[in-house]
Amino acid sequence: MLARANPLLPQFTRTTAFRLMAAYVAAFVTIAAVAAGVIIWQTNELLIRQVFATLRTEAEGLQDLVRQRGPAAAAEIIADRSRVSGTALYLLVDPQGRKAAGNLNRWPAELREGSGGLFRYAAPAGEQTQERLAIGMRVVLDGGQQLLVARDVEEQRQFIARVRMLFLAGFGLLVLLGLAGAVLASRLILRRISEITATSGSIMSGDLSRRIATSGSGDELDELSRNLNAMLDRIEQLMAGLREISDNIAHDLKTPLNRLRNRAEAALREAQTPEDYQEGLARTIDEADEIIKTFNALLLIARLEAGAVDESKEVFDLTALVRDLVELYEPHAEETQRHLTFEADGENLVRANRQLIGQAIANLLDNAIKYGGPAPGARNGASAGDIEVRLTRTQTGVEVIVADHGPGIPAVDRERALKRFVRLEASRTRPGTGLGLSLVAAVARLHDGQIRLEDNEPGLRVVLSWPVPAKLVNLEKEKPVSQTGIAT
Amino acid sequence: MNEAAGPAYLDKAASFRFSGPPLRTVGQHMRVLVVEDDRETAHFLQKALRESGHSVVVTHDGEEGLGAAREGKFDVLIVDRMLPKVDGLSVVRQLRDEGNRTPVLILSALGEVDDKVKGLRAGGDDYLTKPYAFSELLARIEALSRRSDPQQEQTRYEVGDLVLDRLSHRVTRAGEPIVLQPREFRLLEYLMRHAGQVVTRTMLLEHVWDYHFDPQTNVIDVHISRLRSKIDRNFEESLLHTVRGAGYMIRAGKS
Repeated sequence: MLARANPLLPQFTRTTAFRLMAAYVAAFVTIAAVAAGVIIWQTNELLIRQVFATLRTEAEGLQDLVRQRGPAAAAEIIADRSRVSGTALYLLVDPQGRKAAGNLNRWPAELREGSGGLFRYAAPAGEQTQERLAIGMRVVLDGGQQLLVARDVEEQRQFIARVRMLFLAGFGLLVLLGLAGAVLASRLILRRISEITATSGSIMSGDLSRRIATSGSGDELDELSRNLNAMLDRIEQLMAGLREISDNIAHDLKTPLNRLRNRAEAALREAQTPEDYQEGLARTIDEADEIIKTFNALLLIARLEAGAVDESKEVFDLTALVRDLVELYEPHAEETQRHLTFEADGENLVRANRQLIGQAIANLLDNAIKYGGPAPGARNGASAGDIEVRLTRTQTGVEVIVADHGPGIPAVDRERALKRFVRLEASRTRPGTGLGLSLVAAVARLHDGQIRLEDNEPGLRVVLSWPVPAKLVNLEKEKPVSQTGIAT
Repeated sequence: MNEAAGPAYLDKAASFRFSGPPLRTVGQHMRVLVVEDDRETAHFLQKALRESGHSVVVTHDGEEGLGAAREGKFDVLIVDRMLPKVDGLSVVRQLRDEGNRTPVLILSALGEVDDKVKGLRAGGDDYLTKPYAFSELLARIEALSRRSDPQQEQTRYEVGDLVLDRLSHRVTRAGEPIVLQPREFRLLEYLMRHAGQVVTRTMLLEHVWDYHFDPQTNVIDVHISRLRSKIDRNFEESLLHTVRGAGYMIRAGKS
């Protein structure tokens, strides 16, 4: 892992995770080192002070003893004490500086002056001598003799040295482990971030189907990945929608454009008389009008989906609007052996875009008249050509229902039928832009409502519904505003 | 009737095959100001309006248009909505502020309901969305120029022996009462107000039904034929005529 990490060194040291971990380790080690230093120094001090105290007590005892027994006895006392092997060290020198007694051979150089302190001395250890540390105190005895009372502290020195070593080793290990941890953590995060970066890179270069892998741990990176994936799903959906739209536009506009071109060409090539030319031009204009219709419907849907028509909502009586529309389509329906019936509870005030709602209901009526004919071979009952239009107020809003007794739409096709340009097989040969129902759906969405396709057994039942705030019901007395201000 | 018609233009909803009657149906001459920055469109309008017997002045930007509208005496203005220098709506607003009441038809590529409302609020009298059929434009400006004539706001319309009384809501032909549904009454009223002028299907939808949307199918024709059966069936002279490629017209006597 670490070996593989080498080429990545400069990269992972730049990561936030690594920098944070490194700073953390550095701060921790510094604080720990200061604490350890203070502890070691204090221990040292304490030990030295303790030894000094012992030495002082012993020195005073010896001074007293020599005072009692006379200066001549000093050498004997010291020699006596020196015989006990241990950590106690002595050196008695006469006023001339020569050794009189004791287990030290020379007055240590470190203690030529002053009253005492640390010094080193050579102690016999088997064949060789070993340099050891001791603390000594100078005592001036009666009669001009000088005595060095000392204690061997080599054991303590070694102990403290070992403690120091342990601390140092510990810190080293800590730094190493900390840095290794930082490397690992940053590598781990870096790897997942790199994955995200790589995935988004390949998505940016066009592969929208790619998704960022999640580790399944549910951590913040997983959450980020999930959100990014959800965003990508949405984008892919929109892209697919756009592609579908542009494909459909290409098809639904190019086909008539091509027809238009062909007709113009044919007229140019074949026409002999002015009448032929007129005929050709008239067909061309018809074709152009169809294209304009499709184009207008597409634009309207796009604008509705962008939600750009909100300001033009007004309060009006929906019952009157639907009744008028039914009346407008009635004669046309009768010509094609349909019969329109209308049913409503009475006045229904709504706040909506009157023209758009009108267009939506007109589309539903037009669809019902166009496609709601009795299916071939179906029972031809008295009601086969009936188209029922019903307006009802629900608890939360209004429902406009247009139900026919035609072949209907199979359940599997219903959702598809609401999409742009989808013309179900049965209707493909009939005129129309294929945008009728999707326009209705867009109008419904603009009014926070919806369109449902249901089975009328037999036939199709389309329910257009949208919420109407309850306070509008209390407006009943107010005169509905239904004119757009266009004077006649 | 003037047979020297040039190009023929089909109404959007028309499904017939053109065989060549002229569009010009009214002898009424109009002075028209066209304010349109697209030179080809302006030229087309100028040519087509002249062929329909009207005199035309063309300007190509808002400033020029405003100047021409102030100086000249026009029966109707055709103003494109998007113009260089001063936009179409501002031109109309300024003219109205100055007390100029000349009828204005606003032409625009913006065709949603709210755009229309904005155009009409600025002082426009009618609003036509590009692309349009010339017959539609012609019918509309003829209706507009007639409207500026105050004597048209009357309570009683007469076309031949057909009489419509707006106050008593009664219609008679040759003295015999004709029973009409409320909508049929409004339809006839609109047609008679514009007697002698072409009225398009879209105009009928807008003014009689107050619908500014496309009803997908030609639903107007059936209403017209019902109305026709009530007012024309038992009489020798037909008053309600279909103008092919354009719309309908009510008029008495042969021209």
